[in-house]
Amino acid sequence: MIEKEYIISTPEGMHARPATALVRLAKNFTSVISICKGDKTVPLNSLLNLLSMGIRGGDVLRVRIEGEDETTAADALDHFFSQIKDL
Amino acid sequence: MKGIGVSPGIAIGRVLRVVRQKIVASGISLSSDAAVLEEIDRYRQAVKSSVAEIRALITRVPTSDTSTPTVPSTPSTPTASSDTSTPPPLPGAAADILETHIEMLTDPQLDSDILEQIQTGRKNAIDAVQEVVGRFAGTFRNMKDPYLSARVADMEDIGLRLLKHLGALRAPSPKPSTLAGELPFIIVADDLSPSDTITMDLRHIAGFALRAGAGTSHAAIVARLRGIPSVVGCGASLDNILDNDLLVLDGATGQLWINPGDSQLIELTKRQAAQTRDAHILASLKDIPALTVDGRRIRLLANISRVEDLEDAFRHGAEGVGLFRTEFLFMEKNSFPTEEEQFICYRNIALASKNNPITIRTLDIGGDKPLPYLPMPEEQNPFLGHRAIRISLDKKDLFLTQLKAILQASSFGPLKILLPMISNIQELRTAKELFATAKDELQQKGISFDNDIPFGIMIEVPSAAVIADLLAREADFFSIGTNDLCQYTMAADRMNNKVGHLCDPYHPAVLRLISFVIQQGRQNNIPVSLCGEMAADPLATLLLTGMGLEEFSMAAPSIPKIKHIIVNNSMDKARQTLRRVMDIDDASAITKYLQDLNA
Repeated sequence: MIEKEYIISTPEGMHARPATALVRLAKNFTSVISICKGDKTVPLNSLLNLLSMGIRGGDVLRVRIEGEDETTAADALDHFFSQIKDL
Repeated sequence: MKGIGVSPGIAIGRVLRVVRQKIVASGISLSSDAAVLEEIDRYRQAVKSSVAEIRALITRVPTSDTSTPTVPSTPSTPTASSDTSTPPPLPGAAADILETHIEMLTDPQLDSDILEQIQTGRKNAIDAVQEVVGRFAGTFRNMKDPYLSARVADMEDIGLRLLKHLGALRAPSPKPSTLAGELPFIIVADDLSPSDTITMDLRHIAGFALRAGAGTSHAAIVARLRGIPSVVGCGASLDNILDNDLLVLDGATGQLWINPGDSQLIELTKRQAAQTRDAHILASLKDIPALTVDGRRIRLLANISRVEDLEDAFRHGAEGVGLFRTEFLFMEKNSFPTEEEQFICYRNIALASKNNPITIRTLDIGGDKPLPYLPMPEEQNPFLGHRAIRISLDKKDLFLTQLKAILQASSFGPLKILLPMISNIQELRTAKELFATAKDELQQKGISFDNDIPFGIMIEVPSAAVIADLLAREADFFSIGTNDLCQYTMAADRMNNKVGHLCDPYHPAVLRLISFVIQQGRQNNIPVSLCGEMAADPLATLLLTGMGLEEFSMAAPSIPKIKHIIVNNSMDKARQTLRRVMDIDDASAITKYLQDLNA
């Protein structure tokens, strides 16, 4: 299992376009990916759950990745969060 | 009658009311397992058809420029409904909204919640969809964040789409048939959902008039994207309108006319025709360079306040940005934006510049533009007080932070730095020392930047204009701010009704100052631009060109009309205009002369 932390650097938080992209990215992997903010944890396969978390700029997210392709998935997530400002 | 004009242009049409249908839960409880399976099947089928319907819409969307960070705004060309045989393509940003809708429709959480309602709650598909969609919409609504409240509209939108495919709704799209010669429709509704506005076949739609909404609503954004004249926030004034009433709306002013009389209708029709004609002429100028008939190249640039404005600027033919006001970046925060936050903003604009020059003006606050988190003592004369560069040189850390952020962004596109309110050469020298410090600090950290980034000054204080010859030796460029230059020269506050008339940029003193600054810039080989309201005033175009001005920076929608003047005139005529004007001793006589010349 891999655990990572990311800070949301866009002032408007996790808005629809990056959230849609993130959920679609997660679907490319067989690993189970979940995302936690505070005490809330949701599996990263649901855009509605992700949006329901109300993620805002500056929030810290913990991401847990577990499965055969977890290393590749973690790299892809790193890349995603480093590019999020451009989405 | 008035609402908020959100998409310019005059629309004349017949009213078509679009009423959102209310569906009441049936409350039916499914009695058999077979019925449960049937409802599940109906629900699944509705999801499939909804997704297929959206996919079909997306294929109509031209491929979007994915590097654009936000929904592009406002093409202001007024377009009445056109009678082409295929529906017009959708704007690229609309595709992103639709992709999100697909993701929501196929969301596993939505799916399992709805299945639970059908299987355990024994509800039919229609009731189950309403229940679950309503719950998610409620969650978003309670977040009280303006951005998240927009998700409510998306949620309700997919709910309606599902319900439509479940047979609970009639398709809401307006009847597409208009008889030849009949007027197009103006849609009158409470509000329109994102898909309504994205997908509506607009061939017979001349405009929108909505009870609800604001300039930032989905409907307003899409109306602008698609060039449909629209007025929102009309409130109860729309209550007594009936289908087929004659309605005229002006999407620039927000004005509405219901069943106008003959003479008024003729007047409005004329105004509409004139706008359409102008729009055609101006649109045809967009991609041609601003060259006088004898070949003097003039650059027309845009004044903007946010990165999002850039796209609109290019749409109007801007060749770059002559003034990027950074105040907005500071005003929308609750504390000073960090170097990183500023860097992101400046980098985004550099990246979006398509290699056109972007002039970033350092913080211009004080006087009429206070910052909530920077308390400033009450001043007797704020316009003659602690403001702009004076604050930057006093609070050096703030200034250094901004300079470093701009420098870092300069490796992503051609940026220039512009200092506001310089009044003596010492201010420029101190600013340059701080600029050198900023460069040193970045160099030590190994951060790359454009070492040749031009460092220029606003000429908006008469003392600076008078010593333009001296300042030109040390500044990389000048930008003349005519609004302040005029009121400081005339010692008249343009907002004060009693003395505002004195603040006339055509006063010979103001014109002489401007002319001197341009001349000194040319003699010292530094570029001079002009970014005040005068740059957008058609009366001033020839006069300024005659003075030798080669860069005009203005609000983007004014660019085409100024270009129109430039491409139809010669430098000879411009110089002649200048000579004649400099000979007239009085502002109103000068204005009169220029008006006659333009007529």
